[in-house]
Amino acid sequence: MSFWKIAWRNMCQRSLASSLTGLSMALGVALMILVIVIHDVTVEQFENDAQGYHLIVGGSKGGDLQLVMTTVFHLGKPLYPIPYSYYKKFTEGEFAPYTSIAVPYCLGDSYQGGDLQFRVVATTPDLFEKLPYGANSDGSDKMYVFEEGRNFNRDHFFEAVVGSTVARKTGLKVGDKFQPTHGMSAEGDKHTEFTVVGVLAHTGTANDRALFANIEGFYLLDGHALTPEEGEEAHASADKLSKENFDTDDPNYGLKPLPESQREVTSILVKCKDEFGPMILDTKINKDKERVAQAVAPGGVVTRLLEGIVGPVRIILMVLTVLIIVVAGVSILVSIYNSMSERSHDIAVMRALGASRSAVMGIILAESILISLLGGIAGVLLGHAVLGLAGPIVEAHTGVALRFWDFNWKESLLIPGLVVFASLVGFLPALTAYRTDVGRILGGAR
Amino acid sequence: MLSLELVRKSYREPNGENLSILDIPTFSVAKGEQVVLRGRSGCGKTTLLNCIAGLTTVDSGRISVNGTDIVRLQEVSRDRFRAKYIGFVFQTFNLLPAFTALENVQLGMSFTGQRADAARAEKLLGDVGLGHRLTHKPAALSVGEQQRVAVARALANQPSLLLADEPTANVDPGHQQQIIDLLREACDREQVAMLLVTHSPEVADQFARVEVLEEINRAVSVA
Repeated sequence: MSFWKIAWRNMCQRSLASSLTGLSMALGVALMILVIVIHDVTVEQFENDAQGYHLIVGGSKGGDLQLVMTTVFHLGKPLYPIPYSYYKKFTEGEFAPYTSIAVPYCLGDSYQGGDLQFRVVATTPDLFEKLPYGANSDGSDKMYVFEEGRNFNRDHFFEAVVGSTVARKTGLKVGDKFQPTHGMSAEGDKHTEFTVVGVLAHTGTANDRALFANIEGFYLLDGHALTPEEGEEAHASADKLSKENFDTDDPNYGLKPLPESQREVTSILVKCKDEFGPMILDTKINKDKERVAQAVAPGGVVTRLLEGIVGPVRIILMVLTVLIIVVAGVSILVSIYNSMSERSHDIAVMRALGASRSAVMGIILAESILISLLGGIAGVLLGHAVLGLAGPIVEAHTGVALRFWDFNWKESLLIPGLVVFASLVGFLPALTAYRTDVGRILGGAR
Repeated sequence: MLSLELVRKSYREPNGENLSILDIPTFSVAKGEQVVLRGRSGCGKTTLLNCIAGLTTVDSGRISVNGTDIVRLQEVSRDRFRAKYIGFVFQTFNLLPAFTALENVQLGMSFTGQRADAARAEKLLGDVGLGHRLTHKPAALSVGEQQRVAVARALANQPSLLLADEPTANVDPGHQQQIIDLLREACDREQVAMLLVTHSPEVADQFARVEVLEEINRAVSVA
C-alpha cells in the first residue's frame, strides 16, 4: 500500500477537517487565479484596444490619459474639441505627407439600452474600412468584420453601425432605429433617429460597447454645430424637423452637410505612413506654439496607466491572495498538528509494523500535500468557474472579456508551488510523527 | 531463533538516577516454540517486547532474531527487519480505523519494501474466519473480529517471531480462549515462534513453557 493511499485514507478518516482546510486552500487559490487571469486579460485587452493606429490627436485642454480613455475606451468625459480645420491638416494640409489615414471622432452623445448606457461615436466609414483594430498572431492586421449588414454609407447621414455587445445587450439589429441622447446622461434630449445598417462582429475591444454613427448626421443634430460666422447660413437641425417635413425619399431628410467652418472634432485617430511619422507629428503638434491640440501615442499612455495604477493594485491583490494561501497553509498545519496526539497511536502501530521514522514522516507530508493539491485543483476550477460565470457581466460593464478557459501560464506554477508549500507546512507535524516515542505509546515506559 | 544475552535497559529518573528495568543474562525461544511470559505489573514485560522488536533500544547486550543481532542494526535496517521477521499483537488490537480489515492486513506488508500480497492477506483473513468481512472497517467489526484481524496482520509477512502483549487483557472471558486458540493455531500453521505476555493463569496454564520475568531478570527495580 503506497504512502499516498495511506495518507488519502487518513485524510478521509478526518473528512470534515480535511475538507474545511482544503476549502480554505481552494478559496485562496481561486482568488489568486482570478487576480492573475483578470489582470493579464485586462492588460491584454487594454493593449489591444489601443492598436491599429499610431497617434490620437485631441484638444490640448486636458490630460493625455483623459484623451486616451475617452477615445479608446469610451470612458470619462471627452476633452474640449478641436476645429475641423485641424482635422483637415491631416487629410490635405501640413500633416498629410506623414498621414496614411486620419479618422475623426465626435463624442458626447450616448444611447440608453435597457439599464445600460453606451457611448455613441460619430465618425467616418474609414474607421471600419481602413483602420485595423489589432494584430493577428502572424502580425497581419485584424480588420473589422460585420456580423450582420454593412458599414454605414458616407452619403447616408443617418446610418449607424453597432458594436457586438451593444447589439447583444440592447437587441438592436439591422433595420432598427435608435435615438442618441445628447450628453452622457439618460435624461438628456433625444436626437433624431439613426438607422442601424450593420452589426460588428466581436472584436474584444471597447468598440464592442459603442454605437458608431455617421459623422455627417451627427453634425446635423442639435447642439453639435458651431455658431455660424457672419454671412454664413445657419444649418437646419435634423432635430427641429417635424416628421411631416422629412423628405422620406431622401436618406438625409433633404438636409445638406454642415459647413466645415461650423464643425469640430473631439479627437482624431492617426495612422502614419511610416515609422518616422509618429515622431514628426508628435513634435509638430505638441511643440506648436499655439498648442491647439495634443498628440499622444496610446500605447505609451496605456502602458503608463497599467504600470502606474493597475500594476500596483495587482501587486497588492497578489500579496493579499498569497497571505490568504499562507493562512490556508497554516490551517492545514494546525489541523494536522492538532490531530497528531489522537493519531500518535496509529503512528506507533505503523512503526511497530515496520514503518521507519521517515516513512511515517512521509505519510504525514503526503497528507499535507494531498490536501493542498486537491484544494489547489479545486481552487483552479473554482477560479475559472467564477471567470466563466462572471465573464458576461464583467464584459457588459467594462468590455473586458473573461472566459472559463482563459488560462495563464503562471497558473501552471501553482501546482509545484503548492507541493513545496504543503511540504513546508506539513513539516512540523511530520517531524512530530518522526519523533513519536513508540515504546511509551505502546504500553507505557515499562 | 530468539536469544538474549546480557541485555540491560534502564531509564533515567527525574532525579537524575538511572532506574534499571531489564538485566537479563540469558533468554531464548526456539523456532516454532510458544512461550508465555508472566510478571507483575510494571516489571518490564512490555519494555522487553519492545526491545526484542527493536522499538526500544537497549543499553547493552545482544538480542538475536534468526541469527541477526538487532541491537547492532541501524534504525532503518531494524525497522525493515521488524517488518519482515517480527509480528506484533497488542493489548488493544490497534487496528487503524481508516482502513478496512483487508487493508489493515496489507498495511503490515507495506513496510517490507515489497508489494503487498493481496491474495495472502485475503487468505490470512479467511484462515481466521473473516473471509466475509474483508471490506469492513474496524468500527464495523466486533471485538473478537478485530482481534482476529490483528492476528492476521501480525502474520502477514510470514514472520519468524510473534510478540503478543497481553492480547486477552481487554476481552471478556468468553473471547479469551478463542483468541488464544487462534494465536496458537496460527503460529502452528505458519511455524512461527511466539512470546506471549499474559497476567492470566488460565492462559498461562495452557502452554508448555511459562517464564516469569522476575526470575530471568536481575534488575534492581524488579528485585
